[in-house]
Amino acid sequence: MKITRTMEIGVGFFVSLGLAALLMLALKVANLTSFGNADGYLVLARFDNIGGLQERSAVKMGGVLVGRVTRIDYDSEAFRAVVEMRIDPRFREIPVDTAASIYTAGLLGEQYVNLDAGGDEEVLADGGELEITQSAVIMERMLQEFLYSKTVKDENP
Amino acid sequence: MMDFLATIGRRSLATFERLGRGTLFLLQVCARLGFLFSRPSLTLVQVWAVGVQSLVIIGVSGAFVGMVLGLQGYNTLVTFGTEESLGVVVAKSLCRELGPVLTALLFAGRAGSALTAEIGLMKATEQIPALEMMGVDPLRRLIVPRYVAGIISMPLLATIFTAIGILGGYFCGVGLLGVDEGAFWSQMQLHTALGTDIGNGVVVKSIVFGAVVTWIALFEGFDAVPTSEGVSQATTRTVVNSSLAVLALDFVLTGLMFD
Repeated sequence: MKITRTMEIGVGFFVSLGLAALLMLALKVANLTSFGNADGYLVLARFDNIGGLQERSAVKMGGVLVGRVTRIDYDSEAFRAVVEMRIDPRFREIPVDTAASIYTAGLLGEQYVNLDAGGDEEVLADGGELEITQSAVIMERMLQEFLYSKTVKDENP
Repeated sequence: MMDFLATIGRRSLATFERLGRGTLFLLQVCARLGFLFSRPSLTLVQVWAVGVQSLVIIGVSGAFVGMVLGLQGYNTLVTFGTEESLGVVVAKSLCRELGPVLTALLFAGRAGSALTAEIGLMKATEQIPALEMMGVDPLRRLIVPRYVAGIISMPLLATIFTAIGILGGYFCGVGLLGVDEGAFWSQMQLHTALGTDIGNGVVVKSIVFGAVVTWIALFEGFDAVPTSEGVSQATTRTVVNSSLAVLALDFVLTGLMFD
């Protein structure tokens, strides 16, 4: 087969179409632009129970996505789960007395870390730790407590 | 009884022999990959034949697969009231499985069979011995450009398939069924990762599939019995074997990549 101009143009078109498709997947589907980069600063929080929280789970402030969970570990001395989060540098000013809690998005949705900003003047440093935390709500535990309180009430009215 | 055992033995030995010849063939091709740089124009022609000419079937199939995913996903999700997740369903299933696998199956049927038939016919019409007589290494002149073209074209085709599929799902879900456009894209972006879903799913899988399908196609052609019947059998074997290989490898790769 002889190389014609049509072939060269065709191959060029094919390759650029492929690269354009990859670019579209990266930007439009995976949203490379936000939190794909390694900058941003780390914040730690210790929870008694993290429920179904996973790496890459969302970190939200007032419902706005501000970062992602980057690492989950277990502190075997304090017997608590350690969650490391990377916060986008645009949301730098997080007061030190900010409270971190684990919520569920929707009824069956996945879990995310919610940060409720505190009132302190002091701003959390890179690698700082959030002291006020609230664990994930575990359905079984809630049912247990409910049934327990119910039986206690029934026995001594 | 002994005859039966002998048949099994003969069959398995023949299978192993073919596997061995196929592996040797692959190694020989890989050893000659450097030839690519001395005659890149040969590869260009093959990318045209293997890749560009498969574009239409890949694009059309991608659009329809995406639209079907949009319809079916919507019907299932709407019963749970979570039709906003349609974007996630479409993007994840296309990126991780459907994109690379369906592209590889179509590629085996469209390009793989053509490669086998071409090489097989060259062998049947004694063009390959003629090349050897002239002192031209047929592996370098014929096989290497086609092999490289297959490996280049598959990931590009799979990426195009996936992108068009997602647009098809978008058209069906948002355009026809009325899923919220913002939720469609934002949920998709929230749950699709560049490294695992697009990198591992679309890119790595399709490169592996491209290498395997093209290898099987070229080996079957090169190893075909040089008669018209032999070429037709080799073409059938290409489509059957490479489809099976793609499906089996997909299982293994999925197991390795996504835990």
